[in-house]
Amino acid sequence: MTEHLPALQVVVPLIAAPLTVLLRRPLAAWALSVAVCAFSLYTAIRLALQVLAQGPLSYDMGGWAPPWGIEYRIDMANAAVLVLVSLIGTVVAVYARRSVNAEIGHDRRHLFYTAYLLCFTGLLGMAATGDAFNLFVFLEISSLSTYALISIGYDRRALTASYQYLIMGTVGATFLLIGIGFLYVMTGTLNMQDLAQRLPAVMDTRTVKVAFAFIVVGLSLKLALFPLHLWLPNAYAFAPSSVSAFVAATSTKVAIYVLLRFLLTIFGFQFSFEHMPIGNILLVLSVAAMLSASVVAIFQQNVKRLLAYSSVAQVGYITLGISLGTSAGVAAGYLHLLNHALIKGALFLAVGCLFYRINSARLSDLRGAGRSMPWTAAAFVIGGLSLIGMPLTSGFISKWKLVEAALAIGWWPIAVLILATSLLAVIYVWRVVETLYFQSAEEGTAAVSEAPLGLLIPAWGLALANIYFGVDATVTWGLAHGAARALMGGVP
Amino acid sequence: MTTPELLNAALATPLAGAVLIALTGRWPNLREAVTLVAAAVLLVLVAQVLPVVLAGGRPEVTWVRMLPGITLGLRVEPLGMLFSGVASLLWIVNSIYSIGYMRGNAEQHQTRFYVCFAIAIFSSVGLAWSANLATLFIFYEVLTLSTYPLVTHKGDAEALRGGRTYLGILMGTSIGLFLLAILWTWQAAGTLDFRPGGILTGHVQGMAVGALLMLYMYGIGKAALMPMHRWLPAAMVAPTPVSALLHAVAVVKAGVFTVVKVIVYVFGLDLLRSAPSADVLVYVAGITIVFASFVALRQDNLKRRLAYSTVSQLSYVVMSAALFTPAAIAGAALHIVAHAFGKITLFFAAGSVYTAAHKSNVSELDGVGRNMPWTMGAFAIGSLSMIGVPLTAGFVSKWYILSGALDVHQLFAIGVVFLSTVLNAGYFLPIVYRAFFRPADGAGHGEAPLPIVLAVCATALLTVLMFFAPGLPLALAQALVGGGGS
Repeated sequence: MTEHLPALQVVVPLIAAPLTVLLRRPLAAWALSVAVCAFSLYTAIRLALQVLAQGPLSYDMGGWAPPWGIEYRIDMANAAVLVLVSLIGTVVAVYARRSVNAEIGHDRRHLFYTAYLLCFTGLLGMAATGDAFNLFVFLEISSLSTYALISIGYDRRALTASYQYLIMGTVGATFLLIGIGFLYVMTGTLNMQDLAQRLPAVMDTRTVKVAFAFIVVGLSLKLALFPLHLWLPNAYAFAPSSVSAFVAATSTKVAIYVLLRFLLTIFGFQFSFEHMPIGNILLVLSVAAMLSASVVAIFQQNVKRLLAYSSVAQVGYITLGISLGTSAGVAAGYLHLLNHALIKGALFLAVGCLFYRINSARLSDLRGAGRSMPWTAAAFVIGGLSLIGMPLTSGFISKWKLVEAALAIGWWPIAVLILATSLLAVIYVWRVVETLYFQSAEEGTAAVSEAPLGLLIPAWGLALANIYFGVDATVTWGLAHGAARALMGGVP
Repeated sequence: MTTPELLNAALATPLAGAVLIALTGRWPNLREAVTLVAAAVLLVLVAQVLPVVLAGGRPEVTWVRMLPGITLGLRVEPLGMLFSGVASLLWIVNSIYSIGYMRGNAEQHQTRFYVCFAIAIFSSVGLAWSANLATLFIFYEVLTLSTYPLVTHKGDAEALRGGRTYLGILMGTSIGLFLLAILWTWQAAGTLDFRPGGILTGHVQGMAVGALLMLYMYGIGKAALMPMHRWLPAAMVAPTPVSALLHAVAVVKAGVFTVVKVIVYVFGLDLLRSAPSADVLVYVAGITIVFASFVALRQDNLKRRLAYSTVSQLSYVVMSAALFTPAAIAGAALHIVAHAFGKITLFFAAGSVYTAAHKSNVSELDGVGRNMPWTMGAFAIGSLSMIGVPLTAGFVSKWYILSGALDVHQLFAIGVVFLSTVLNAGYFLPIVYRAFFRPADGAGHGEAPLPIVLAVCATALLTVLMFFAPGLPLALAQALVGGGGS
């Protein structure tokens, strides 16, 4: 069975998704989802250990040898993404039972798990595949199921948010498809390794350059790079809590991985960074994202929207690391990709706990919740400190490595900027903390009690992961470092 | 117990204390007994480390590797020994005082108060013993966060505002400047360990030394170098025991301790003496001393006056360390101790007056000394120590600071010390005069509760004792610059 792990990673959740429709009973669908996600996590860890021990794995889907068949290729760059997606997927799946019962109508609950598993499949597939067209297919699977997930709850505003995302997401996916089509025209192959070998010969053609532009813009829409992030705040804010947590922690991260894969493996460092001005473009947009989205986050009245804008800013940190164009920069960006998933996962799960009891994520409704829900609020504070980048949290390690990478090439203003925008994070996180702890609930509102353990344990699990990877970052840094080496090849 | 175990045990004591305090919160007597026991155990454990350090040992323990090349761990050297000794000694006295004060004023949320206090002490001791800048930075930030709930203890709008200033300045400077300085150091030197003679020699030259130094000095916001001092008066909204221990001893001392530590163990005195721009620090600190004294002169609120006096006194330590001579460094180290004893006495006395007479302004203090002779007697001793009059601790440290300044003919520093002494007298002696020689107005009141009076007298006694028996701190201060280890 071991040699089929790359296929099982994707196929098992794909098969489980329609089964949840047949099961119909929400509890059974939930149990199946948790089991499938846990199995995926096991698979992903096994794969990662195998890659660490033996180097990249290649798997021929259906026995068809690449470049004709679809190849699944696991190396250091995507092994960690698989672990990340399946870890978050498992934690959120456990969390979902209580949360879904509260936020989604009874007749749709089993469908939530169907869409959830499809989205999960899509993201794992995007990460695992070594075939450019197959990647597009999985991108569509994950996107379509995300649109459904966002709009599945009671909140009717989610419908327009989802529609907005649908339009933007489809434009993005189409752009990606156009780009891949151009590459196929020029090279006659869709296999990523094969593309990487054949592209240098046709590098100077306008078609390849246009393909590059289409792919970068299309992916930037999916990863919510400023100014293509407009779909994100509403989608995160109005989706059910479990969906916000899962999508915020995984979907943009996988898109960033795909961007890295295209820039560095398929087009190659030389083309992307030396022939094309991708470094400068990413640098400017990242800085704009970090500054503008952080400032906008400060003025939000809804905690989920606040966190959503913060996500746009944090994506800016990740792409900033990439824009440095050095191995250290890519590694730092990749590290923040992993850490930010843990941070936002913990924060959205904590907000979900608040939502479960208070039925709102507006700051004005959360007054004094720190006293009535101390454990939930404490988990939020830990996640918030990690977002700011306080020492002993994983966010600190990210900032440390990013600044280190910027200083290594003498980019002083960027180093200063990274730290200065952390201070903006202090402001928006502390607005929430003050509301939770220092303001009193209005007279007449019903007293709330602490969130149930079924929600608290997953939220605290991710919060503690933030602390663990902030104290001993050798594992996450090792993964990020390995990923950067796999992506960058010999570039320093 | 082996030495690494001893260090771990000492550090774990206040942390375990915090947990036990939280668990016993429902029974106030038991809770406060836990606080006192934890404080006593900590002092005993710290005292056992002392002979090792005095004998030239540098006990160390390594915990975990955070990133390649960056480990978290402890290494005790004389300066850290001195700071941890002061903090743990005063924690006991302060706990006794807190019990009297918190009960006397019927404060809310007392359990949270004692828990955060224990965590703050934990981070102070950890900071004192940090083996490298990364560990120190972590404890530095934990100290900020653990004291935030203490500053905002009252929970009203004013406390919230004070808390914002507190957190804003301390976090802003530490993340924006201090962390940048640490990363610069890491980039240049490839290590963050504290080593005698510094780690930057040969890696940073010329004007960059001065720039990095100023980045550190302003980044260490807890040292309250102007214009980064505003958090200190803002923190005065906290209950008095907090102001006393944290804003006269633990937090601000953590700041100036870090300043001295960075100057001695990161830069090294030789590098700084030869750098062209490093002596700017003397002037910045000197201006802070004089300016803060002038502001103190105009404050009517007693605690605010003490706060500005603290700003001024902290810069004594910075200015003295900025002379970059062994005698002046010893003076800086001694002043950390001397000011701790003196200022905690003054804050204790201020809180005592507030508890017994509900007065918090200088202008209301007429005749208080007659009703509260012990409290105001201790206040007088504290004041004299601030001024630097012989028979008090302040004289000892000022002596070393002045002789350090004379060594390098730093006339500016000498002038600042004299001017500031006059100003100190100008804002402390009128209080003493009012308290004892003006007739009392209104109804009489007695002394504060017994635990408060005991604590005030104990710290006043320590202030005098340090003049007559400065042997121990002096030995550590000299070991820092001359003797074993450097």
